Amino acid sequence: MSRRGDWVYENNGGTCVAIAGADYCVVAADTRLSVGYNILTRDHSKICELADKCVLASSGFQGDIKALHKNLAARELLYQHQHNKRMSCPAMAQLLSNTLYYKRFFPYYAFNVLGGLDSEGKGCVFTYDAVGSYERTGYSTQGTGSSLIMPVLDNQLKSPSPLLLPAKDAVTPLSESEAVDLVKDVFASATERDIYTGDKLEIVVINKAGMKREYIDLRKD
Amino acid sequence: MDGSHASGSKVAAADGPGTQRTQYPYVTGTSIIALKYKDGVIMASDTGASYGSTLRYKSVERIKAVGKHSLIGASGEYSDFQEILRYLDELTLSDHMWDDGNSLGPKEIHSYLTRVMYNRRNKFDPLWNSLVLGGVKKGPKGEEKYLGMVNMIGTHFEENHIATGFGNHLAIPILRAEWREDMTFEEAVKLVEKCLLVLLYRDRSSINKFQIAKITTEGATIYPPYSLKTYWGFSAFENPSQGAVGSW
Repeated sequence: MSRRGDWVYENNGGTCVAIAGADYCVVAADTRLSVGYNILTRDHSKICELADKCVLASSGFQGDIKALHKNLAARELLYQHQHNKRMSCPAMAQLLSNTLYYKRFFPYYAFNVLGGLDSEGKGCVFTYDAVGSYERTGYSTQGTGSSLIMPVLDNQLKSPSPLLLPAKDAVTPLSESEAVDLVKDVFASATERDIYTGDKLEIVVINKAGMKREYIDLRKD
Repeated sequence: MDGSHASGSKVAAADGPGTQRTQYPYVTGTSIIALKYKDGVIMASDTGASYGSTLRYKSVERIKAVGKHSLIGASGEYSDFQEILRYLDELTLSDHMWDDGNSLGPKEIHSYLTRVMYNRRNKFDPLWNSLVLGGVKKGPKGEEKYLGMVNMIGTHFEENHIATGFGNHLAIPILRAEWREDMTFEEAVKLVEKCLLVLLYRDRSSINKFQIAKITTEGATIYPPYSLKTYWGFSAFENPSQGAVGSW
């Protein structure tokens, strides 16, 4: 029996990761676009620069992802016109949550990781589910390879318990280059076992100086 | 057509008296193949449209020129393609009426079609097609070639070579192995014919009548239909009942 909703979604695969540091944030995603057992293209970005210190990486159904990115970029432009400044990362985090929940009963099939610098210049990462529930964390991963990567990040980045008093910072003490190396390592591992992750890795690093982009080759099989 | 949305899957839903939303395709075209070459983009398809398992129409043009700079090819429901051509007519007409010296390029048309397909999907009333959009237009870096695809739910991307439907499974591996930057027209046609031949042998809904189209800075050219030579002289095909046991 085919149901009405069967054909409206497809999972185009891929994995996203973000790690927050003391004064930087690393956001990374692979560039493979798949459908079923096919690769549609090896060179498709899942990352969207929403503001000068705010970057969104999403995995899931590409039609919804592109529509979501367009929607948020348009809202950010409106914000610029109204407030004469760019949106901060925490503000965009709330906007993304609201945008996702707005379609609670016909969701954007997008699994998001938002990364950037907060108003104090500290790294921040926000992680979401498909309908907008979110939290600020020190690091996160979403997508088809997330279950392979998250335990490794948990092991390497050892976030302090959120129950501690006084509250301990969730951002990693690692340096920027160490965090980037960790990202490259986890993607190499995820590529080995997740069929939807591979081809190329796009890494965006946001710090005080601005945004830097890097591409690393991953296995193509 | 997308492999996961097989024709004949019943997804019709009545939403109140007299209204119907989702459909399943009736008259469908099979694969489109397209690739970038030195002077522009080449696109090819067969000229058949099937009605389920019947090869109903054999002289159907599934590739059309759009504006001055683009070609569109469609697989899937043919009547939805005709509707899309009507939308594009409106678009290109109002673009022309601006009379501002600018004209819509392939990138813009691809973007427009992506929005149309996605919005129809949001209303549960899709245009059951996979569209291929190719063209050449002058951009900031000189003459820029463009080739992209969008499917019925709005998934879209750009590539150097595209194939829809069965082409995705049979032609893309050939294109990935043999496509090079800056092929001549003759080389591109040979590569396309190689893919079309494989599809002819292996895709049950393809027919032996093809059209090749190209788009360059000079404009769009859709060549008259022609056939490819096939080979059936394998020894296993001669006297097929030779070793059979029984009355057949």
